[in-house]
Amino acid sequence: MNDLVRLLGLAQPQVSKHLRVLREVGAVEVRDEGRQRLYRLNGHALKPIHDWVKSYERSWTERLDQLDVVLDELKRKEQGDGSNDE
Amino acid sequence: MTSSGTATVTLPTDEQILITREFDAPKHLVYKAWTTPELVKRWWSGKRGEVTLVEIDLRVGGAWRFVMVADGGFEVGFHGEYRELVPHERIVSTEVYEGYPEEEALNTLTLTEEDGRTTMTVLVQHSSKEHRDGHINSGMEGGMQEAMDLLEEVAVSLR
Repeated sequence: MNDLVRLLGLAQPQVSKHLRVLREVGAVEVRDEGRQRLYRLNGHALKPIHDWVKSYERSWTERLDQLDVVLDELKRKEQGDGSNDE
Repeated sequence: MTSSGTATVTLPTDEQILITREFDAPKHLVYKAWTTPELVKRWWSGKRGEVTLVEIDLRVGGAWRFVMVADGGFEVGFHGEYRELVPHERIVSTEVYEGYPEEEALNTLTLTEEDGRTTMTVLVQHSSKEHRDGHINSGMEGGMQEAMDLLEEVAVSLR
C-alpha cells in the first residue's frame, strides 16, 4: 500500500478507495501478511480488456512499423550527406 | 531494417487512448516523418491500404486531411486542425473521422529523445466514453478486415 501511494502520488484514502473497487470487480486480490496488506493483479480479469484493445493496438503497430522503414531511410540520408550511400 | 518493438495501447481514463512506441531515430526525424506529406503517405495506412491524399498546413490554426483507400476498396478520410506546434517535440491537433463527422477528438503527440532514440506518445482525448469506445471498436473492424483478407488469400491458394 505504501509503495502504491508513493508510485501513484495519490493520498492513501484515495488509493484505498481505488483498490477497494478493483478488489470488488476481481481485478486485484489481497492477502494480509503481518501488518502488511499485499495486493496482486489478477491478469485473468483484465484479459477481456486486453483482447478488446489488441486489434486496435495491432493497427498502430503496423502503421508505426512502416514509419520505422521511413525513419531508417531518413537516417541513412542524413548520415550519408556528402558521401555515397553504400 | 531496425525493429523497435510494438506499439503499446493503454486507456488512462474513460475518454482517453494512449499509444506509446519507441523509435531508433532522433526526434527531429520522427517529427519530419509525421509532418511531411510525401513521408506520411508512406506509413500512415500501415498494411491496410494506400494513402491517396495528405494535406498538411503546418501552422497553428492550419488544417490537415488524410485519405486512404483500404484494401477492401472503401475510402476513409480524417481531418482536423493544428492547435499547438512545438517543432520536434509536440503537436496538438483535432481529429475527425469523416464517417462520424460530429465526433471530434483532440490528439497530443509528444516526442522525447534519449541517446538518439525517441519515445513517441499519442494521447487521444475523446469527448465521451462512447466515442472513445467506438474509436477502439473501429480497430476491431480493421482486424476483421485483415482476417477476411487472409482468409481470401488462403482460399485462393487452395484453388
